[in-house]
This record gives sequence, structure tokens and C-alpha cells, in this order.
Amino acid sequence: MACDVGREKLDAYLDGELAPAEAAALSAHVRACNACASDALERVRMKRAVSAAARRHEPSPQFRQKIANIAGSKPGPASSSRKWFWMLATPALLVVILSLGVNFYVNRETGRRQRIYGELADLHVATLASATPVDVVSTDRHTVKPWFQGKIPFAFNLPELQGTDFTLVGGRVTYLAQSPGAQLIYQLRKHEISVFIFQDRSTDAASFASGSMNAFSFNMSSWTQDGLRYFVVGDVNRTDIEALSKLLRDAR
Amino acid sequence: MPEHPLPAATFAELSLPLFDQLYNFACWLTQDQTEAEDLVQETYVKALRGFSSFQAGTNFRAWMYRILRNSFLSSRTGLKATVAFDEEDHELAGPPASSPENVLLDRADREMLQQALEELPVHFREILLLCEVEEMSYQEIAETLSIPPGTVMSRLFRARKALRRTLEEKLQGKNHGV
Ligand SMILES: [Zn+2]
Repeated sequence: MACDVGREKLDAYLDGELAPAEAAALSAHVRACNACASDALERVRMKRAVSAAARRHEPSPQFRQKIANIAGSKPGPASSSRKWFWMLATPALLVVILSLGVNFYVNRETGRRQRIYGELADLHVATLASATPVDVVSTDRHTVKPWFQGKIPFAFNLPELQGTDFTLVGGRVTYLAQSPGAQLIYQLRKHEISVFIFQDRSTDAASFASGSMNAFSFNMSSWTQDGLRYFVVGDVNRTDIEALSKLLRDAR
Repeated sequence: MPEHPLPAATFAELSLPLFDQLYNFACWLTQDQTEAEDLVQETYVKALRGFSSFQAGTNFRAWMYRILRNSFLSSRTGLKATVAFDEEDHELAGPPASSPENVLLDRADREMLQQALEELPVHFREILLLCEVEEMSYQEIAETLSIPPGTVMSRLFRARKALRRTLEEKLQGKNHGV
């Protein structure tokens, strides 16, 4: 390593454990130092991978009831607030990690919602950077939709795009919080837009307001519909994101 | 903050939201479903009993994890898992990981990562779980594990290094097997 910043310190930085002044100094260094930058990216990926892989064991309903009885209460819903919305480790572009991933991780106070958007932004970028961004390549929704059958535990409708500027590129199975979902890639004037569809978890609905936002240089929107949670992510303007969202909402 | 004991009803309110995570943690410690259930149950029984002495204002989550972990360490499995563990020795054993993590992560899948975590010494496994899954602060981890905060940083560093090395060994083994 051509740099004398200790890796232990880098870990502490990524864990959000450095004092603000120290963190700011290291942050500036990481932006300027290639060795630290790539190391930081790798370490963030490993953190994320461990986090996802280690959320693994779920108690049985019987056992949950038993403990609820001991604790002296009726059982509530599974406390899945932190289990859901984690995904498999995905490769992320260095530039993305540098501009958002690292700072994102460094701030433990960052809301979960923001983190989810960050994960989705990473996933979007990673997909586009991948040699094979989609597993089913087709502009025909009647080909793409059935391709997902049996691969994910739900079905969804895709819109007719005739008369719009959007084209469907294809789709792939993706994961968030170990839950499989669909990722569809659309194109608009050479810009790619990802549409993510997952089963909606009731416990998250409350904490995850629908709406649109600008995050991490992407525009995004999200809503739930028929038990599914949709996310639209892309580097096009908000109007375009909204236009595609509306097409999806109206799809029959 | 007033120092009077919390009303009894709030034990459930405080402790049940931790149930899923405690169970997951117990499974990773014991590597056995029945033992994990016993451990979680023991934790809740002990915590309920000790709740009146629980100081309002101290960290409830760390307190619950500490009870669970101490129960584990004094169990037969726990004693076996932690016998003669020397952190520094462990670090020296074996060659250092040489592959960049990017390469490791591109080639290792989730299952392999889970196996690698299972194979880690329990002291490394638990601290990684507390940090990455529970997202505890170093201070909270220190309280949970009853170690000085400074030790948290160095142990985490060693744990991560050990994980990378274990992954690397697994990947090498896989290649030789083919
Ligand atoms: Zn550096």
C-alpha cells in the first residue's frame, strides 16, 4: 500500500467511528488517494456482503409465541425493520462509492430510507456496469414478463410503450434483503432507467413513504401497488421518472 | 432522567423488538437451532428476572446481548468454542490474505461467505455480527462484550482479516477441487 493510513483507521472510518474532524480529514484523503479509495470500496462491499449473508436465521412462529409469553405480552409482528431491504453484495463502481457510498456508510444516523435508495442506486449502477446487465434481452413486454415466472414469487404487469419515448431493454432477477425481485431496464434517449419490483412488507410501508426524491445524482420514485413495492431509478429528470412511473402504475 | 424502575409492562416493549436479532445472533453462536432457542429463552428469563435492577438510561440492547452472550459462554458449546482462543496467535496463523477483496467478493457467493463466517472463531464471528448486522457502535460493542472500546477496533480488524483469509482459502480449495 503506497500510503501510510492504517487500515484499522480506514475500517473505523467506514464504521462511522472517527471523530468528525478526523473523519473529514480522512475523507479528503480517500478522495485523493487511489490506494485508500479502492480499499475503502472493497471494505464497504465486504461490510455489505457480511451484513446480508449474516441475516439468515428466522425464528419459528411457535418459538416467537413462547418468548412473547415469557416476556409477558401478545406477540407483535416480526420486527423486521432491519432485516428487510438488504441485498446481496453487488459490485459498485468506484466513482459511485466515492461520491455516495462511503459517506453514506460513514453516517450511521442516515435514515434507512436513504440507505435503501443508496443500495438501489448502487444496484442500478452496478447493473449498467456489468458485462451482462440483463438476463432476458427483449424489448417485448410479452417476452420479459413470462421470463420471470417461477424465478420470483410474484407477478406484475408491464406497460405498453408504443407512442412513448421509452424502450424496454430487458430484465434480471435481483435481491434486496434476501428477497428476490425483478429489475427491468428501460431506455430513454440513451439514458438507462431501472425499475425494481419487490413484494411489499407491511412493516416497512409505514416507514417508507411513497414519493419521489433526488438522491445520489439520480432521480427516484417509489410507490406500492397490489402488494408490490416499485422503485424507479435513473439519471433522467424527474418528469421522465414520473412519466415512466405513471406508465407502470397504469399497466394492465 | 428519573432513576425509578421502569414499569414491568415495558419489559416486553423493550425486549420483543430485539427478538429476531437475538435469535439470529444465537443461531450464529451455537450453530444449532435447538440450542439457539434454549439460549434465547434463557436470556429472556434471566433478563425479565433482572429487569428490576436494570438501570434506566443504560443501553438495554447491549444489556440483552450481554446476557445472551454470557449464557452462551457458560454453556457447554460455548466453553468448547472459546477454549484457549488467543486472538494474536490466531492472527499469525496462516498466510495473510493476498487477494483484493474485490476479487474475493466477485468469486465468493453468499453461501461461501456464510460458511466462512461459521468457521471463524466465535470471538471474531460475534464481533462481526454486532458491527455489521446490529450496526452497534464500538461503545455498544464494548459494553456487550465487556471489553475496552480500544479492543473493539483491533479485534474487528483481526476478525475482518481472518474472514478474508478464510474466504480466500475456500476459493483456493474450490479451484483445486475442480
Ligand atoms: Zn491513502
